Amino acid sequence: MSEPIGPDRGMFGVSGTGDTSGFGGLVRLDPGAAVVPQSSERPYGGYFDEVADRLAVVLTAGFDTAVHRVVVDRGEITFFVHREHLVALCQTLRDDADLRFELCSSVSGVDYLDTGTVGEQDAARLHAVYHLTSMTFRRRIRLEVAVGLDDPHIPSVTGVYPTADWQEREAWDMFGIVFDGHPALTRILMPDDWAGHPQRKDYPLGGVPVEYKGATIPPPDERRVYQ
Amino acid sequence: MTSTTDPYAGARETTEGRVYTVTGGDWESTFTGDLPAEERLVINMGPQHPSTHGVLRLVLDLEGETVTKARVVIGYLHTGIEKNAEYRTWTQGTTFVTRMDYLAPIFNETAYCLGVEKLLGVEAPPRAQTIRLLLMEINRVASHWVWLATGGLELGALTGMTNGFRAREKCLDVLELVTGLRMNHAFVRPGGIAQDLPDGAIEKIRVWADDQDTELAGLAKLLAGQPIWQRRLKGVGYLNVEGCLALGVTGPLLRAAGLAWDLRKTEPYLGYEDYDFEVPTHADGDCWSRFVVRVEEMHQSLVLVRQAVDRLEPGPVMVEDKKIAWPAQLALGADGLGNSLEHVKKIMGQSMEALIHHFKLVTEGFRVPAGQIYSAIESPRGELGMHLVSGGGTRPHRVHVREPSFVNLQATAALSEGSLIADVIASIASIDPVMGGVDR
Repeated sequence: MSEPIGPDRGMFGVSGTGDTSGFGGLVRLDPGAAVVPQSSERPYGGYFDEVADRLAVVLTAGFDTAVHRVVVDRGEITFFVHREHLVALCQTLRDDADLRFELCSSVSGVDYLDTGTVGEQDAARLHAVYHLTSMTFRRRIRLEVAVGLDDPHIPSVTGVYPTADWQEREAWDMFGIVFDGHPALTRILMPDDWAGHPQRKDYPLGGVPVEYKGATIPPPDERRVYQ
Repeated sequence: MTSTTDPYAGARETTEGRVYTVTGGDWESTFTGDLPAEERLVINMGPQHPSTHGVLRLVLDLEGETVTKARVVIGYLHTGIEKNAEYRTWTQGTTFVTRMDYLAPIFNETAYCLGVEKLLGVEAPPRAQTIRLLLMEINRVASHWVWLATGGLELGALTGMTNGFRAREKCLDVLELVTGLRMNHAFVRPGGIAQDLPDGAIEKIRVWADDQDTELAGLAKLLAGQPIWQRRLKGVGYLNVEGCLALGVTGPLLRAAGLAWDLRKTEPYLGYEDYDFEVPTHADGDCWSRFVVRVEEMHQSLVLVRQAVDRLEPGPVMVEDKKIAWPAQLALGADGLGNSLEHVKKIMGQSMEALIHHFKLVTEGFRVPAGQIYSAIESPRGELGMHLVSGGGTRPHRVHVREPSFVNLQATAALSEGSLIADVIASIASIDPVMGGVDR
């Protein structure tokens, strides 16, 4: 279970000076710096192999063309998908009699700022993560599509899973991922005229001005942290 | 009295008395031409409207009283809980997530903590799991009471509201006895629960369960057989299984359409597989079915509570691992509830290591190995999923909540377009959205 993940330094793994008092000058880690997913080797275990085998048979584009990485971690499987094959893959996953992923449980965005595998440091920072559920076979899988800031376009899966409508709008609102083909990609939680995408890791957080003696409270991302 | 002729209200005598025909203004000239082909009226309902379940805004296109288009606007209660959680430790996250769906706080906490435990690769001790299950089922009854009460209020059944809130308050009394708070408990923690059941809680829960039976029997008398209640609900807000799956609708709505999909049965967690209970379904897929299913679910929750109480074995309620477990149990002192004196004595007088652990865990928190998981449980409103991503640090890299209220609310248009405006209220009420969960 430990292979896809970077170095494990123990539960209280000390990095830097190990100083938690704050007087030694604290080092702020880049969030998510340790997430370096690597492919898992066959066999994946459980029903994961069946799903992967079936996909290899029925995908017209070919499994290796559509999926560029498979990670099995903590009893869950993640298929890293090239965006141009996402909709066809979802369609197959939903309709094939041996797959039957009828329910798109969740679509969420994740911002892996300053992460990514070696050689693609800033390439694929924004991830759209799809959790699919097969009610027929009681299985769950995860699809993940990664795009960069310069071209944050992912085809919308609303045609296959209408439930993705609001969830894709939320991912657009919070992360600025553009879902091409979405019927009305507008902000959903933030006000319509809001600037920026608040859940990106580099979105500045506001500090609270206080009235006493010229003091200010710095925003949470600039406060001293014990990390 | 002299009779004058009113140019705008001509009168004629009939056998029933004098009848006036009121005219005037420019009405006749206005309507001499052709009437417009459509009389579309766009009504803005909410966000502050007593029958839209909180700050939900509906934009309704009306032809007469018929809704031709229903659009939903949300976001008025967005508080950035997911973003906030990224700047607090994993343990502090429970305090945030409990405030999302404020009618089902124990479910939020449990889903989150199960997720964190999955990331850590630990499992809470059996007693903690049973207490979680117990509290969740009490919470489910409370949540369904609020659904019934507010739904009744919106449909004009005011006694349903008063009785429902009375019954719900009794559930909250039990939760308060156990956790110290009526809502927003932050009682379920990664690795277990904050503290063990207090003395006398088991007896109180048994008495509560018997009393809830009485309340439910009263409800059956008050609403189930009442013709107005039936007519407001039957055949209204229809959604079948295909529609539910396409729109991602889970929970009582899906079961009311006929599919017995309940994560407690299909993907059991916390030992639900060892309990003997039914998953109620109904075939009609309308508001009435949802009423029947939810009421039956309350009965089943009481069945589960009674079984859980019988199964409680003595034991720890937090994992043994001192690198994860919150260091102090709460205890009642002379100045109120706080860290137990024995713990303070130990860390200040006896064990340097315990002091370090306390300090590190409270200020810094525990580290969670990097990776991502999805953990889902069956909340009163459907599949409550937590997508947690850890970067290997002491804080979450990302907390995404798959809120059943948020997803189910997408069904509003499917439920209400083509129906009367009064039925929109019944349809929305039957979804049972909680805006704290929708907007997060």
